[in-house]
Parts: sequence; C-alpha cells; structure tokens
Amino acid sequence: MDTAPEHASPGPPGPRDYTDVQHSAEFGELRRGYRSFVFPLTVGFIAWYLLYVLLSNYAGDFMGTKVVGNINIAFVFGLAQFLTTFLIAWWYSRFAAVKLDPKAEALKTRLEAENLQREAGGGIGHQTDRLGKEKGELAGQEDDA
Amino acid sequence: MSLTHQVAAPATQLAAESASEHRPLIITLFSVFVVITLGVTVWAGRRTKDATDFYAGGRQFTGFQNGLAISGDYMSAASFLGIAGAIALAGYDGFLYSIGFLVAWLVALLLVAEPLRNSGRYTMGDVLAYRMRQRPVRTAAGVSTIVVSIFYLLAQMVGAGALVALLLGITGETGKNLIVVFVGIVMILYVTIGGMKGTTWVQMIKACLLIGGTVIITFLVFHKFNYNLSSLLGAAAENSGKGASFLEPGLKYGVSTTSKIDFISLGLALILGTAGLPHILIRFYTVPTAKAARKSVNWAIGIIGVFYLMTIALGFGAAALLSQKTITDSNAAGNTAAPLLAQEIGGGADSTGGAVLLAMISAVAFATILAVVAGLTLASSSSFAHDLYANVIRRGKATEKEEVKAARVSAVIIGGVAIGLGIFAGKLNVAGLVALAFAVAASANLPTLLYSLFWKRFTTTGALWSIYGGLISSVFLVFFSPVVTGKETSMFPDVDFAWFPLQNPGLISIPLGFLLGWVGSLLSKDEGAGGAKYAELEVRSMTGVGAH
Repeated sequence: MDTAPEHASPGPPGPRDYTDVQHSAEFGELRRGYRSFVFPLTVGFIAWYLLYVLLSNYAGDFMGTKVVGNINIAFVFGLAQFLTTFLIAWWYSRFAAVKLDPKAEALKTRLEAENLQREAGGGIGHQTDRLGKEKGELAGQEDDA
Repeated sequence: MSLTHQVAAPATQLAAESASEHRPLIITLFSVFVVITLGVTVWAGRRTKDATDFYAGGRQFTGFQNGLAISGDYMSAASFLGIAGAIALAGYDGFLYSIGFLVAWLVALLLVAEPLRNSGRYTMGDVLAYRMRQRPVRTAAGVSTIVVSIFYLLAQMVGAGALVALLLGITGETGKNLIVVFVGIVMILYVTIGGMKGTTWVQMIKACLLIGGTVIITFLVFHKFNYNLSSLLGAAAENSGKGASFLEPGLKYGVSTTSKIDFISLGLALILGTAGLPHILIRFYTVPTAKAARKSVNWAIGIIGVFYLMTIALGFGAAALLSQKTITDSNAAGNTAAPLLAQEIGGGADSTGGAVLLAMISAVAFATILAVVAGLTLASSSSFAHDLYANVIRRGKATEKEEVKAARVSAVIIGGVAIGLGIFAGKLNVAGLVALAFAVAASANLPTLLYSLFWKRFTTTGALWSIYGGLISSVFLVFFSPVVTGKETSMFPDVDFAWFPLQNPGLISIPLGFLLGWVGSLLSKDEGAGGAKYAELEVRSMTGVGAH
C-alpha cells in the first residue's frame, strides 16, 4: 500500500498530488530564492577551495612569501579558508532565516490545513507515506515532527 | 583521513616508555569514561520505546546537542592524533587535511541537511528511494551505506588496536587483539542498548572531553610562546630541522607530479565525501525540524572548525617542543605526537603534571575511537534493518518491533565482523580504507542524493548506475592502486598489480558517479509517476510538509 499511489479511482481523493503546488508561483519563488543563492555559492566555495589546493601544489614560492614574522601567505590562505567557511555558514543561515523560512512556513501551514481538510472530507484518502509503513497511526504524519 | 593508517603502521615500536608507567592512571580514566557512558546508555535505553527512538533518538535533540554529537561523530582519532602528528612531521602539509574536512561541511549545510531532514525518516536510503522504485534503490543504498561504514569502521578498529596498544605500552599481538575485542564489545553495547539516543549522548560526552583536552593543551602551548603565533611557528620550523620549508606546502604532497595529482584527488574526496557519509547523514534525523538540522550543522562547523584550528597549535607545538626523533621513535607516522606533547607541556616525563596530562589525552583518544565506531555501527545496522530487512526482504511488512530487533541483531553481527576484520587486518595498512570510505561516499552517495533532491529528470536507472558505478569504480581503482599492492606501505607489499598510480580514486570515480547518474537517467524512461513523486519530494524537502 505504500508504493502504489497511481490508482485513478474517482471519488475519494488518492494521495495528494503536489504537482500543482510545485508549479505554483509561491513555491516557484521559494525554490528560485533557495537555488539562486545556494548553487552559485556552492560553485564559489568549491572553486575557492580548489584554488587553494592548486596553489599549494603548484605555486610553492608564492605561498612561501612571508607576510608577518614567520607567518606566510600559505598560512594566511589556510586561515582564510576557515574564515570563509564560518562566514558562508553564517551568511546562508541568515539568508535562510530571513528569506526562506517565512515562505516555507507559510506554504507548509497552508498545505497541512488543506491536507487535513482532504482527510476529513475524503474519508479513506489519507496521505500515504511511501517511505515507511505508518501502521496504526492514522493521520500521524506530524506526531514526531 | 588516510592518516589513520599511520596509527596502525609500526605498532611494534615501543610506545613512549613512560606511557606504560602511567598505565594505571590511563586505564582508570578510560574505565571511568566507559562506566559513565555505559550508564548513560542504559538510561537512554530505558527511554527507547519505538523505532523512532532507536533510529533517530526520538527526534528530541536540540540543534546544539546534535551539533555537538555530529562533531563527536566526525572528529575521529584520525583527525585528533593523525592531523596533529602529520603537522608535527610534515609541517604545513598536515594542515591541508583539516581544511578539506572543514570546508566539506558547507556542502552538507547548503545542499543536504535540511532537505534530507524534511524528506527522510531513518536512513539515507529513505531519501534516495523516495521517488524511485523502492526495492532496487533501497538495496543499492543499503549496500553502499554498509560498504562505506565497514571500510571506515575497519580503519578505526585497526587504528584502535594499534593506538591503544601504543599508548598503553602493550606490544604483544594477544594484547592488541584483546583491545580490539573490548572496543568492539563496548560499541555493540552502546548501539544495542542505547540506540540512537544512547549513542548521541556518548558522542556529546566524547566531544566535550575532546574539546576540553585540546583546549588545555593548546592554551599551555600558547602560554609557552607568550601567545605569539609567529614565534611558535618559528620555533617549530627551527626545531624540525627543515627550516622555512616546514611552514610551506609541499613537504609531503609536492614530491612528484603523481603525488600532486593525488592530493587534488584526495581534496576532492574530502570536500565531497562528508555530505555522503551515512553515519553523519542519519544524525540530521535526531532533531525535530529542518531548521534545527541547519542549526546543528552550524554548531558542528563552529566546533569542528575551532577544533581543527587547535590541532594546528598541537601539531606545531609538538614540532617546536619535541625533537623529530622523539616523535618518530614513538610512532613513525607521528600519531603519538599529541600525547607526547601533553606530557612534555605538563612538565616532562618524570613530573606528575606530565603524567596526568598524558593520561588525560590518551583516555580522550580512546573515548574518541569508541564513540566513532559506535556511530558507524549504528549507521550500518540501521540501514540494514530499515532499508534491506524491512523494505526489501520483508517488502514493508515487518512490524516496528521486528525492524528494531533486526537492527539490534545486525549491530551485533556488524560489530562481530568489525572485531574479526580488525584482528585479521591488524597488520594491514588501512590508508586506503578511510580514503576509500570518503571516495565511495562522494562517488556513490552524493551524486544520487543531489540528483534525487534537485533534478527532475533523474530516474531509478540513473540512481542505480550512479550508486553501483561510483561504488564499483572506486573500489576497483583502489584495488589496483599502490594502496593494495606494489609499495612498501601497501596492504600486500610483495605483489604488484598496481597499474593505477593514485592512492585516492576520487578524481576519476567522483566525476564518473555523477556522469553515470546523468547518462543512466537520459537513457531510461521516466516511470510515469516520476513527475508527481518528484513534485511531492520537492515540495516536502523545501517546506517540511509531511515530514516525520
């Protein structure tokens, strides 16, 4: 029962089809916001890391240039990798909290209300969880969430 | 991670002689750790009632707690002792490792943690199989989870035997094997009794101890150099006998063209492997929401980052305060540099301060190994029970009780296998095993995970090609690499069929994993419901609607 969502019976609704949500403007905005932030940033930090690896490999003299005392460019570069990692983590989290979370939350609340209605109105049309077996817990989607 | 192998390498060399003198103190501290953690495990076990408790700790942990536990799972003996040792001997090149290990967390933070938390339930397979045909994809996910975890586990077990033997001054084979058996039994107890709840608490306790111990040593090192980084580095360079080059890249990886390419390959595996390690991924299920998962990764990045920064002080401190000969005499790969440094900084071999610090750091190292192997055992037994047993063998008809029972039984079996392999592999060089774990995770798990979450056109065939392709190619290339044969440091030094020059297969197998997933999807037909299923997965992963 957990992997057969495609019965085209009329009447009571089967598992919720999310295609309409996926194509909605609201969700599109959320997805665009997320992807346009995260994808370029991922490419960026991987490139920045690989640049560091390549410089360490092939630009030994440059990396060995002393900056202050015994601290050389290689060391500064290494510490900069730590610093950028911390900064990117902080930047993403702030972005997500401000730009993504409210939208995701609003959408979730709306969809859950809809789903409850469907269940109440549709009788057996419980939203199946195809990952596991819900056993006993009828509408227990949110139990542990 | 290939640092672990060095733990295993020349265990016959006598440990710091003084280590054996302080054996009672080390054993006492370690026993206290084991007793306390087992107590916590029993306590957590009493509170483990259903499958969600066993697999996901009841999803009750806070972001901070889970961040601490993630750090505990991630900071293995390899990073603690290995990186410090590598820096102590190879200077700057040892530092390169820690950067890859840390930056890798951004992949987990930005692309994996939150969608995984929203769409999965207990295992990595939950997400990989979400939109696919369940049985084949779950089988593949289970196989790759178990393969990655076993390689990682084996390396830790071999390392545990050798390291503990070294620190306790035990040299006989029997003594080492007994330690491997002991570690195995304790880890089985953690997992079977405490499940994810117990294991998470063990990780948290271990992380605090590890951080605490490292902070003390770091502080003492800096105190000795008047809190001046430049003079610490200068002293390290001078005392190492290698001068300025000790502070520049190249001592270890800059030797030849091959070693340079190998370093790129390793770097790629490190940065892309972390977000595909099953024992890390299942940690995201222990918190209630995706937001809490994000918070836990942030904490983990902070904790792990600060920890790696401190290993720099440990490594260069060891290089500055100990002679290279002292370090290599104790362990050729430098793995005992951190404990030796603790002894030195505490006042030397004959002082009480030295004895106490040495015992403390050694006990922390044991605790580290124990906690990491427990996390790995839990990941593989969860995947066996949930992916293979419940969903493939029993086709989703097993009850929750049966499933958890299967997880406990498989934890005992996997623990037993790990003990057996640890003893059998006691003499093997396990470098390839950990590097392989990262490379397999990056080649087999990460592409499928990312395609599943972000690519609409991805199909079951693509997932299978990617998982099996990445898995087989990485194992295959390592088999024909210098890790296995052809070199003194190989597993089988007397034979030579190593036609693949690199130690790490990542440079080839990771792009191959991505490529196969792509080609496999293009060449196969989307199975009708794929669009709707992807819609559900995408909406769920981004909003958390329907999340467990």
